[in-house]
Amino acid sequence: MVDNGSGVPADQVPVAFGQFLFGSKFRLKQTRGTFGLGGTMAILYGQITTNKSVQIITSTGTSRVYEYRLMIDIQRNRPVILDRKVHTNKEVNGELWHGTVVEFHLEGDYYRAMPKILDYLIQTAIVNPSANIAFVDPRGRLYKFDRTTTKMPPPPKETLHHPHGVDVETIQRMMRSTECGNMLDFMKEHFHRVGEQTSRQFLDFAKVDGKSDPKRLNPDEIVELVQAMKNFNDFLPPDASCLSPLGDDLLGAGIQKELQPDFAAAHQRKPSTYSGYPFIVETAIAFGGRIPSRGEIVLYRFANKIPLLYDESADVSWSVIKSINWRRYKVAPEMPVAVFVHMCSTKIPYKTVGKEIIADIPEVSREILNGIREVARRLELYLSRQEKVKREQKRLTIFSKYLPKIAEFSTRLAGKENVPDIDLLLRRAKRFEQEGS
Amino acid sequence: MSKKEVKFSAKERRKEVLEKLEGLGSEFYAQMEKGHFPHILMPSRSTDNIYYSPELRQYVLGEKRVRRSAGNIRHLGPFTQLVWSSYFAHELTSNQKTSTLRDVYYSAQAYDISFKDQAESDNILTDVETVISSSREDFNIFPEESSAIFGDLTIEYTIPNYAGRRLNLTSHPDGVMIGPALTTAELIETTADKVIAIEKGGLFTRFIEERVHEKFNALLVYLRGQAPRSTRYFIRRLNQEMGLPVYIFSDADPWGMHIAMVIISGSANAAHLTELTTPDAKWAGVWASDITGYKLPSDKLTNLDMKRLRELERDPRYKGDIWQREIDIFTKIQRKCELEAFSRYGLTHIVDSYLPQRLIEMGA
Repeated sequence: MVDNGSGVPADQVPVAFGQFLFGSKFRLKQTRGTFGLGGTMAILYGQITTNKSVQIITSTGTSRVYEYRLMIDIQRNRPVILDRKVHTNKEVNGELWHGTVVEFHLEGDYYRAMPKILDYLIQTAIVNPSANIAFVDPRGRLYKFDRTTTKMPPPPKETLHHPHGVDVETIQRMMRSTECGNMLDFMKEHFHRVGEQTSRQFLDFAKVDGKSDPKRLNPDEIVELVQAMKNFNDFLPPDASCLSPLGDDLLGAGIQKELQPDFAAAHQRKPSTYSGYPFIVETAIAFGGRIPSRGEIVLYRFANKIPLLYDESADVSWSVIKSINWRRYKVAPEMPVAVFVHMCSTKIPYKTVGKEIIADIPEVSREILNGIREVARRLELYLSRQEKVKREQKRLTIFSKYLPKIAEFSTRLAGKENVPDIDLLLRRAKRFEQEGS
Repeated sequence: MSKKEVKFSAKERRKEVLEKLEGLGSEFYAQMEKGHFPHILMPSRSTDNIYYSPELRQYVLGEKRVRRSAGNIRHLGPFTQLVWSSYFAHELTSNQKTSTLRDVYYSAQAYDISFKDQAESDNILTDVETVISSSREDFNIFPEESSAIFGDLTIEYTIPNYAGRRLNLTSHPDGVMIGPALTTAELIETTADKVIAIEKGGLFTRFIEERVHEKFNALLVYLRGQAPRSTRYFIRRLNQEMGLPVYIFSDADPWGMHIAMVIISGSANAAHLTELTTPDAKWAGVWASDITGYKLPSDKLTNLDMKRLRELERDPRYKGDIWQREIDIFTKIQRKCELEAFSRYGLTHIVDSYLPQRLIEMGA
């Protein structure tokens, strides 16, 4: 795997690729993964199936390029550095290279996995229209997904926890490491959108003395505090600056480039929250092009720009689509229609540890429903316009088929030489249609 | 020997039809030249516009008119079919060629005019009839089925290749088919003083064999069940042009009775045409009362027969005494019989005994 990203600082390479990280963070932002398990997991899988090391080459664009060969000490959850080299970074086109190269071996049944792997790549390309992706598969075939835009969504900002979204474990760890000497400052310092006034109001509500030392709270008091946080309704809702949705244009561009539909519409919902976590739902709909006619709507699901490929029918988006009366939007089952649902959040409410299906949380399903409805309405407009154009064409075809015959046979019947000019009538037939519409 | 009383000229009749068709073409042409979508106003043939006229003793169309316009997408197809059918009718008539309904349906395809099925083309031809108020036989479209005539009547053909040639209708012992050539022929002279129309072919042949035409001085017409329009039209001409009274013999059942009625008063389907009926023709038998009167072998009326009888009872054409009387008797005796039933008493019984007696009763 090769990318031209920001690269990994040399001292963090062993930990990033050779160790599983546990525990959640004190600060939140939307990331592709949640716990930083994915990359290491792949490398681990390679190691246990082939017993081969992983090679990592990376540079952050400095004058040096670092090369590591690692294995994972599984029992102790620690990276084992087999080899480490430092190379001089060379300038290409006036720029120093930055990025990461990871090479490892793994055993797998490519032929069986191939469809899903290709789905994953296509769908990744859809939600990353600014990325150039190339993949050479085990058969030696090259798959290329070219960028069609250089625009990228603004990167997410880091944010503090919202009081509605913390658990006892997180609070305990915060308290252990906090530098705040009293609860009033603790609330203000570590929580999202909690200021002096909100902090006081909440501590009154929770019957906690603002001057008390956070480090002195006993476990029962911490449980009560978390409970109070959940029950206090006057916290400001979380803002969405920590999220990085694609936006209508980029989602539309991604769909356009991979599926070339005849029509596509994308819609970003306003930020919303569930259990203290901000989220944004983006929906899109596309018609025609490479979208297959499967007898039902094709659903593409994404969570924080990651395609969700498995257990589609257990996903909240699936049940939302099933609950919609598509006939209302002029969509018939045999039409080539695809619906896209992208949810971004600091915490995606996955139903299972497999992280493939999003749970049916009322706040979330409502946003998805409204989002799909919005784009479905736009598809309906497009379809009725198409229908009208078709009707109009058919109507004109009928006129231009019959009027000349009427003219011809009337002329013969009347014993005249020249057929009357019917162009005017044909033009009027056209105008009638426009007036009638 | 009676000569023709009313003037009939096939040539004039043809000219009249041609003029009406040309007039239609000119009207559409003029409308298009003015930049209008061609259109036409014609009598509605829907059932709510069909009335019985006691004066004419037939069904007629009322005042309701329908407008068909080429500017209306729903009318466009039928309108084109109407224009083409008029054109085709004109071609047939001016070239003195004949065609059938089936034939027209296929001919349309040669002009890239599409009809869904023959029912559709038949319907459009009825529109043409309605628009120019002439029956399709006048523009040379004849039915497939045909009936026959036998007797001392001299006609003169007007069709190409035969024009001017004369024929006496006793010349063929099977009778002469009432086809396009005969329908358009001029009636020249006859010694007959009546027309006897018979529903069944067997009886028609028997009558010729038994020389009924001589014994009763009659022209014999074979109706072949429900008479085709060309035959009805021909009977009318015999009645109107030659002044011959017409006597109709059909089976003694509701259906036979109606065969006679359609010759006399026409059908609701032909309400748009006025020259197909012979209001003075008489239904001469076989009556329900004959079944008992002549002790004829008979069958029971079926439920369907009874249902038909109830319909006829309410039909305005059946107002006359004889009709209501016979319907009553049918209802009472619940029996029916066929013309052939007379053979029960010997092959010539019907000619020797029933026919002379009935004609006297009818005042012939």
